[in-house]
Amino acid sequence: MKLSKSFRTLVLASTATFGLSLAAQAVTVSIMCGTVGQDQTQCKNGADAWAKKTGNTVKIVSIPTSTTDILALYQQILGAHSTDVDVFTLDVIWPGIIGQDFIDLAPFSKGAQKDHFPAIIANNTVDGHLIAMPWFTDAGLLFYRKDLVAKYKLQPPTTWAQMASEAATIQAGERKAGNAKFQGFVFQGKAYEGLTCDALEWVDSYGGGHIVNKAGHITINNPKAAAALTEAASWIGKIAPEGVLNYAEEDARGVFQSGNAAFMRNWPYAWSLGNGKGSAIAGKIGVEALPKGGASGKNTGTLGGWQLGVSKYSKNPAAAASLVMYLTSAAEEKRRAIEGSYNPTRPALYKDPDVLKANPFMGQLLSTFTNAVARPSLETGGKYNQVSTAFWNTVHDVLSGRTKADVALASLQGQLKRIRKASWK
Amino acid sequence: MARPQSELLRARTRTAWVFLAPMLIVLALVAGWPLIRTIWFSFTDANLGKMSQAKFIGFENYYASFGGILQDPDWWRSVWNTVWFSVVSVSIETVFGMIVALLLNVDFKGRGFVRAAVLVPWAIPTIVSARMWGWMLHDQFGIINDMLERAHLISGPVAWTADPRLSMWSVVFVDVWKTTSFMALLILAGLQLLPSDCYEAARVDGISPIKVFFRVTLPLIWPALIVAVVFRSLDALRVFDLIYVLTSSAKETMTMSVYARQQLVDFQQVGYGSAAATLLFLIIAAFTALTLIATRSRASEG
Repeated sequence: MKLSKSFRTLVLASTATFGLSLAAQAVTVSIMCGTVGQDQTQCKNGADAWAKKTGNTVKIVSIPTSTTDILALYQQILGAHSTDVDVFTLDVIWPGIIGQDFIDLAPFSKGAQKDHFPAIIANNTVDGHLIAMPWFTDAGLLFYRKDLVAKYKLQPPTTWAQMASEAATIQAGERKAGNAKFQGFVFQGKAYEGLTCDALEWVDSYGGGHIVNKAGHITINNPKAAAALTEAASWIGKIAPEGVLNYAEEDARGVFQSGNAAFMRNWPYAWSLGNGKGSAIAGKIGVEALPKGGASGKNTGTLGGWQLGVSKYSKNPAAAASLVMYLTSAAEEKRRAIEGSYNPTRPALYKDPDVLKANPFMGQLLSTFTNAVARPSLETGGKYNQVSTAFWNTVHDVLSGRTKADVALASLQGQLKRIRKASWK
Repeated sequence: MARPQSELLRARTRTAWVFLAPMLIVLALVAGWPLIRTIWFSFTDANLGKMSQAKFIGFENYYASFGGILQDPDWWRSVWNTVWFSVVSVSIETVFGMIVALLLNVDFKGRGFVRAAVLVPWAIPTIVSARMWGWMLHDQFGIINDMLERAHLISGPVAWTADPRLSMWSVVFVDVWKTTSFMALLILAGLQLLPSDCYEAARVDGISPIKVFFRVTLPLIWPALIVAVVFRSLDALRVFDLIYVLTSSAKETMTMSVYARQQLVDFQQVGYGSAAATLLFLIIAAFTALTLIATRSRASEG
């Protein structure tokens, strides 16, 4: 009896030590990977390489395609202090909203943050803590069909008005030539965060400000913004299908990549997919900065991009941080740029010949990426989501023709004041 | 003599309470506690990100100088949407359910199979059927547009769930598709209890079937029909999954539940969202109380 008891203790103890030492060597880290375009594949490739190198295991967790849905999911997971997921992919606008649930990565980064764009590092720093490492950056771009622009003897457009007239010409010509489904222009018109990105570009290209300025004042109710939205509303049903009012990124890419649109507003990821295997328009795609709002307007693009952060509730923060550092390393960002046209967050990679060979536009449009216009997420903090929702709903109403832009913006001004109350904080 | 009896009565009452206790405790834990917590949160400025810092703010979530929920036009719009959705969908379902039930009440070959088949839409989880309809109604690659275009009924793709003039009707359509069978089943149960002698008498007198329906069938199944309508209305008033999957948080189809979720989760305003949830609870409670009173007085009349 005594013997067997002590024997059992021995067995238990040895199993425990063995188990512990195993745990210290190899752990399972779970990571949230996006599902837009090649997100899942490229994320998995990178994470698997890290697993192979370190002997750990990686579990991939899929997330929805819409950034609005992803945030709702994250808030539930983080609100429950769940330990199920270690590494989260974070949209550039989220540090102000859910930053408090992520660990400070500075102790793990060995100074790597110096090599990334300072603006993104500043964006990812909440109360002095580096809560996420930049993974890839984004800015809205205008994709166009080189072959069709040449066929109709046009030039890539420099203003929105020129884009609209060229789109109308190409659409009429292609429909006459037998493709009844052909559209002039597709973009993200669904009532969700993507529409905020698109509409901010229109407004900013006209010099209509950024909804809320740096000082926290609501600036959206101005004639330039109204002009921008009026112009956008004139596209619906003429050069853009009415269904665009329910399009997200992938819907727009689907139409463009199957050869049924002349112009598309999208993020850089569409480049490598559009030129990839199975694409109807490989080699026929041109990319340029988004057009100006009139002759006195400017080229602009909304700052997008994704970061990687480690949950405060992770059981293996060190291993998770190691995965984050691997995925944001120069070598991995370079691989992703070449294979998936994900824009690196390290300025040095924009001079890398391999990256530029795979993505010529990255070199030409470097200023678009470095000067991309930020959504007012830092100014409005935890209320950003409400501000953005009010903005995209207003824009959606204008696009669907239910209200005029000036009336809608005056009402938006009132809504935003109500959301702000005494202050944004 | 009275004493031992009351002793027995007391013992019985005690036993009854002992038997009831587990259920009461479970109810208090799973229904009472969350409800009270939600009502409490509705009087605070709780935020999902920092729940521990919630402060009591009285009725400010409901009515305040900066605007509470009762001053929010979006809230009233979602109340209107919910009522509209409930009235329209339940009415259509009642009429269709009645037709299906009358058909299934007739004896024919393979009736058992048809009865089971009718229940299929109801058996599919709402989230699955809503997703399925979402794809079928998609403007570019949806099968509905494809079929209508092939039949030359529409000239271009119709954005069923995006077009503000159509999205509410699309939602109602999917709801009718799903719950008509439930309605039919409840009405069928009522139909099967009807005595056959009334019908025999009617047949002998040579009364037209339509008259038989309105003079005999309808009054007899009225109680069963009312129960079915109340069940469905309560369900429709708190509709969430179907609408959230088909049109997410679009204003045109936003119901009270979708509004509460958006405030709670998307905007992290636990306090304000709880106020919306509390109002939703009060509205449904009032509706239930009204129907209970109405049916009770009717029963006592009878």
